[in-house]
Amino acid sequence: MTALYLLDLVLVPAILLAACTAVGTRDRFAAVVSFIVYGLLLAIAWVRLGAVDVALAEAAIGAGLTGVLLLGALARMGRRADEAAAAGPPGRTLRLGAAALGAAVAAGIAAAVLALPEPAPQLSGAVAEALPALGLGNPVTGVLLAFRGYDTLLEAVVLLLALLGIWSLAPDPAWGGLPGLRHRARPEGVLAWLGRLLPPVGIVVGLYVFWVGADRPGGAFQAGTILAAVWILAVMSALVEPPAVRSLALRLALVAGPALFLAVGFAGLGLAGAFLGYPAAAGWAKPLILLVEAGLTLSIAATLALLVAGTPERAAG
Amino acid sequence: MTSAATLYGLAGAALVGIGLYGLAVQAHVLRKILAFNLIGSGVFLVFGAVAGRGGGAGGGDPVPQAMVITGIVVALSATALAVALALRLFRETGRVTLPPDPPAGARDG
Repeated sequence: MTALYLLDLVLVPAILLAACTAVGTRDRFAAVVSFIVYGLLLAIAWVRLGAVDVALAEAAIGAGLTGVLLLGALARMGRRADEAAAAGPPGRTLRLGAAALGAAVAAGIAAAVLALPEPAPQLSGAVAEALPALGLGNPVTGVLLAFRGYDTLLEAVVLLLALLGIWSLAPDPAWGGLPGLRHRARPEGVLAWLGRLLPPVGIVVGLYVFWVGADRPGGAFQAGTILAAVWILAVMSALVEPPAVRSLALRLALVAGPALFLAVGFAGLGLAGAFLGYPAAAGWAKPLILLVEAGLTLSIAATLALLVAGTPERAAG
Repeated sequence: MTSAATLYGLAGAALVGIGLYGLAVQAHVLRKILAFNLIGSGVFLVFGAVAGRGGGAGGGDPVPQAMVITGIVVALSATALAVALALRLFRETGRVTLPPDPPAGARDG
């Protein structure tokens, strides 16, 4: 316990330092790299808080995909001098004002954290009580797919809406075309080598994380992220071309998960008497949940990969 | 000696402050997006610390954990949309910063 607490005492300053570097450093590339380091440290913090599912999501999505997005955009916008640099450092008044505002908000939240009631109110007991009826071993999956199924369904729809927003930014000639610029990699280079070596491993790990999600940390979101990362790596190493966004197969993959979730939700109206309800008969809930999770894994992988790939910029050939 | 969960809650509060500072001070849009992500993850950490306090033997309260996972995914989709908007702004105008607000009254015209 004491040794772990020492780890906390090292980890928290390291997280804050990485965050300060990400905000404060002049070099934009260093800022994004600090942000990725920050995300990975934060994932360790989530493990310390006993939230391994969240740690997986933070490492894969918060650090990994967000980092790739920011690095890609930075490469497009260039590191050359521009009006952001020409304007010089922000004025002293602005910096002091922003620091005062940030400190005040942080102090307010800190006071709220310290004033929390003891003992902590919680829903762990209620979840643990209802979980056996679903046949699941991972309470987080139970909450995501059953007890708060609405949240997850709407979240999947939010992902699709964000993707529609990104696609709608396409210039007219590229409408419905291929996302992003053409990637180039030396065929004998390290990137192409990794692009060949890692995908089989990544696909196995992704499917494993999906499958164990029912009973242990893992699930559709983490697995979908890993599969998306495999695809992004293959695209970046110029081994495959992204599909044109008007492709029917692609669009079916995008909506399969939410559509399946909705269908099971409506079936719940008849079978369980409630939208997104699962039948009470023993042994029915878990196969349905796994089915929904399988569809969600496919759709989340496709959606996340295309969110990172960005706006269509090339006409379909 | 504060508990580990409280320690991380305080760290989350500090992260919100740091992110807010970056959002106000940095001019480059990507830096603003990055700072906004810091605020978001700080909020998640506070929420997770609250969940961790209620933890039994098998880790914290699963309900806030599931909501934080939802939040992380939604934060990514918002970030992706923001980055796409920033890239479009750059392609159309060559700018990497947001234009200053027009003076009051000019907007209605």
